[in-house]
Formats: sequence, structure tokens, C-alpha cells
Amino acid sequence: MRAVTESTPPTYRLTEEQALLRDAVRILADERVAPRAAEIDRTGEFPQDLRELLAQQDILALPFPEAYGGLGGELLSLCLAIEQLSRACATTGLIVAVQELGSLPLLIAGSPEQQERWIPDLASGRKLIAFALTEAEAGSDVAAIRTTAVRDDDDYVLTGSKRFISHGSVADLISVFAVTDPGADRHARMSCFLVEVPTDGFSVARLEHKMGLRGSPTAELVFDRIRVPAANRIGDEGAGFDIAMRTFERSRPGIAAQAVGIAQGALEAATAYASDRRQFGKRIGDLQMVAAMLADMDAATEAARQLLYKACVEIDAGSPDAGRWSAMCKLVAGDAAMRVTTDAVQVLGGYGYIDEFPVERMMRDAKITQLYEGTQQIQRLVVARALLGRDG
Amino acid sequence: MRIVVLTKPVPDPASGAERLGPDGRLDRAASPSVVNGNDEFALEAALKLIEAAGEGEVALLSMAPASAPETLRKALAMGATRGVLVTDPALEGSCAVSTAKVLAAALREMEFDLALAGVDASDGVGGSVPSAIAAHLGLPYLSYASKIEPDMASRTVRVRRISPTGYDLLEAPMPALIGCTQSLGEPRYPSLKGIMAARGKEIVTRSLADLGVDAATVGGAVATTRVLESHPPTARAATEVVRGTPDEGADRILAFLSERRVI
Repeated sequence: MRAVTESTPPTYRLTEEQALLRDAVRILADERVAPRAAEIDRTGEFPQDLRELLAQQDILALPFPEAYGGLGGELLSLCLAIEQLSRACATTGLIVAVQELGSLPLLIAGSPEQQERWIPDLASGRKLIAFALTEAEAGSDVAAIRTTAVRDDDDYVLTGSKRFISHGSVADLISVFAVTDPGADRHARMSCFLVEVPTDGFSVARLEHKMGLRGSPTAELVFDRIRVPAANRIGDEGAGFDIAMRTFERSRPGIAAQAVGIAQGALEAATAYASDRRQFGKRIGDLQMVAAMLADMDAATEAARQLLYKACVEIDAGSPDAGRWSAMCKLVAGDAAMRVTTDAVQVLGGYGYIDEFPVERMMRDAKITQLYEGTQQIQRLVVARALLGRDG
Repeated sequence: MRIVVLTKPVPDPASGAERLGPDGRLDRAASPSVVNGNDEFALEAALKLIEAAGEGEVALLSMAPASAPETLRKALAMGATRGVLVTDPALEGSCAVSTAKVLAAALREMEFDLALAGVDASDGVGGSVPSAIAAHLGLPYLSYASKIEPDMASRTVRVRRISPTGYDLLEAPMPALIGCTQSLGEPRYPSLKGIMAARGKEIVTRSLADLGVDAATVGGAVATTRVLESHPPTARAATEVVRGTPDEGADRILAFLSERRVI
């Protein structure tokens, strides 16, 4: 007698479990998320109903350890879920991606007590978490942040502001990066804190009106001498930069997954249109210029997808090149999403420009995947550095 | 309540890749394998019964090649508790008679109140194995079920059997074997929790020797049926698909029929 239900080792095909998972989320996305996508974009309202659906379906629980109520899923499983959701609605896919992003400092560097304290609520979806690193004067130049955290007895006092924080206005917990040692070397100046909100001195100063991802609240956060218990510091003082970099290694694939999903959604919409629309006596998909565009769109999406899946497997396997894999998959997927959605609008012609069809929204949504979680230029720096090594 | 669901891995009908090998038998390696559709309906019925009872277990029983556990994963993810897989190289090419004999031998070793099976499988479409198993084991066989109502207190089960004029109401003592139809209700899609939980569920394998079945009495060499010829269905004439709004569709259909002077 033997148990034969262990997962098989990673191959170039998804395991049965991964395929089941992907299909489960795809069905949910088609039935419950897709019908809401246009309205979410039009009203710009955060879809609380879909947040609750994701919690109830255990999708938010995917990346968290089973010991704390999570499903213990691999990075690839999480990305499969984000991809399928983003195919229908990029805002909804982002809910899962940001919940992971915000939690990663805790998962990477939190103490067992901290993990036990906060992860159950995050895995269950009872609480949302955001990731607050970027500032008005510190985007790509992460080390240049100016928010300070000054030790005062058993607390730290945080002063400063953060810009472009996804879910900043709906989160209950925020991973905040602040300078604890201004005199230290660039990469040893900052620390990471888990801030529970609301709290005295914390406010949301503004919500951005964005080109796309309009249902996702992007906030400017102000910390006016807020007090954070020292027990809420994640990792050692000065470890913040390192925690941020290790976070990105695991979070960038999530954005790549969002990008691949957006591209796939656009490809499907364009293909359906090209199959139905007739001009010059035939369906436009049979006109070679249109066929060529669709073929290139499919190839670009598939290439981005396969690179993403491979990157997830490598990162989970502890590859020393995790940074390279992570940057590369995000770079390729973001560019693919922008190209595929732009071409999708082109295939639909005039109809692609109006909101009766989803491709204009998908094109607006795709752009952010080239900007956040490290611009494409930053991703290129990471890949080049991995290729060349440092000078001397 | 203990329920056994007979589940048969079959080539995925949705893949369109079903094909015959050179001996006229199904080439099982040619397309991906899924659990037979009717068996999923049977499994759904079983899961609903134990949920309603608030207790119980659903075990899967399959006779299949050794690669079957991956195919059974979805059934475990839906909520089955465990599986029993009868697998043996000597079983290759078995006909319905051998299959029924082997499954009966396996079922004889299991404890159950109800055994459920889809009325037929999408590959062979024979529909004879469930009743043959019941005959081997001396079990009441209630076929073409559209509703199943067990009563554990009296250890009886009532079944609605679909008939050409409506349905018959049957009652039998447990244990009983029930042939399940799609009228029992759409199978659930596994939840994420179920999919991840399937990792920890056990599928136990049994060989012919384990079951005390003589390998010479089963398998392709002694199959009671032989495929003589097969033909693909004749191609259909060109079809037009009418799309658009109901009004547009109605206009097009009227035009189509009047062009052909039907109306």
C-alpha cells in the first residue's frame, strides 16, 4: 500500500493540481468577476464584493502557510490565480497580488510571534495589507526614502509620507519602510514596520485618478508622528532595504501574472471579434494583416506566460538567480501586455476605442505593469547586473 | 454512511483526440484522461448524501492503468475521502465481462452502504458493468437514478428511476448499487481548499494477486468482444450558425426557411 498523491516534480507541464487550480479560478473569474469588470472601471469603486468573494473562495489564502490558515500554495499556484483573475479584471487580480506583496516582509523576515499574530487575518481575508515604500521623491531610487522612524522607549515614532500606495486607503495593515539610521550606508538606513491602521496621526491625503486599474485605490499616506510599537518592527533595524529587495523577488512574478492575464483577455477579445466581424466578404481574421497581428499577440503572450511559470519554479526552488528570473519575467510580461492590448484595440478598429468593448480598458490597465513594482528600466538594470556582475 | 463511487478514467471527450489503435481498441495514451462524466454526477450525488447526513465517507474505486491517480485527483479534490485503484498490467484490453468481475472482487473487500456508478462511460458506452457487478455480489441494482433517498435507520434506500413515461419509485435494502444519471445534479467544481487538500488523500493500489483473481481469466487475450471494423460518422452538410439578437436571429431563420420554400 502506498500513497500516490504527492505532487510530481516540476516539469514543463502544469501538474494536475495546478491545472485544477487554474481552472477553478478561471471559472470563478468568468462567472463572477468578468460581469463586474466594466462597472468597476467606470465607477472607480474598490470592489468589496469581489474582495469578499476571493476571501470566501480561499484564493487570498493561497500563498500563506497552512499553520496560519493559509493553503500553503507555491508561487506558481498564486500566479495562476492572479493570471486568471486578471484576464477578466485587472483590478481584481491586483487584490490578490497586493495582499501577497504587503505580506511578504512578514513572511520573509517576521518572527514566529509576529506571523502568528497577523497572518491568520491576512490568509482569511478579514484584513487587507498594503506595501508602503515609494515616496514622492523616491520611486526607482528606493534608498532615497525620507520617512523617518525614531526610537522612543518601547515605540518608534514615524514621520513622513508615502505616494502611490496600492490599497493604501482600504488596508488594515501596512508594511511601512522608514529610515532608522540616517547616517548609515544607503542600503542599511531603513527598517520595516507593520503599522496597524487607523491610528493617531495616520491619514490618507489623496486618492489618485489613474489611467487604468481604476477600481484599485492608489493612495498618498501621511504619517504625522504616529507611534508604532517596537514589537511591530519586522526584522532587524537596518534590514529594511534587504527585506524590500527579497520581497520584490517574490512579488514581481505576481505582477507578471497580472500582465499575462491582461494580455490573454485582450487576445481573446480580439480573436472573438476577428472571427465575427466581416469586411470585404470575409471575416477579418482571414485577412493576413489581421491574422499576423493575432499570431504575434498569441506568441508574445505565450512566451511571457512560459517565462513566468519557469521563473516561479526557479524562485521557489531557491535559485541564486531569483532576482534575475523575477526581473526578467516582469519585464517581458509588462511589455507583452502593452503590445498585445494596443494591438487588440487595433484589431477592433473604431470599436476598440469605445467602452462598448473591453479592449480599451485592457490597454489602459496594461500600462501600469510597465511602471509599478519596479519600472521596466529598473528591471533591465537588474538583469544587466546579473549578466555583467559589478565593476571590479 | 459509507459510499463507494465507481470512477472510470476515460479519454477526455472535450479534447477531441479520442482515437483507435491498430487493434481497433481505444488508444488510451492518445488523449488526456479524465473521470467519466456520469461518474462525476454519481460522485456529486454521494457527496451531497454525506453532507446531508452530516457524517460519512466517500471512497473511489477504479480499475485503470497505473497512471490513474493523477486523473482521480479532481475527484479527491471534489471531496472524496480516499481511493482504491485496481491496476495490473494483465488487465490491459479487458472487456466489460472481465471489468465487472474484477471490480466486483475489489468491492467485495470494501464496506459500504451504497455503491454508485455512472450508468455508462463515455468511451465504451456499454452500460453493462454496474449491473454485472451487482449480479456478482448479489446486490440490488437500482438503475437510471434521478434521485436517491437513503434511510439509515431502516437501512433501505429509495430511488427514482427515469422511465420513458416519467419515473418509477424503487426501494431496496442496503447495501445496494445504484446506476446514476445526470439528472442527479451538476457536479461541483472543486474549491481551492479541496484541491490543496487532495494532496494528503490516499489512493491504495490493488493488483490481481491482491484480489485473488487469476490473471489468465482477464485481459485482452480472453476478451469476449472484438472490434471488427469502425467508421467515422458521415460528414454533415454545411451549417450556418445564426448569431445576434433574438430579433436578428428570428429574421435570419425566417429568411432561411422561406428561401427553401419551407414556409
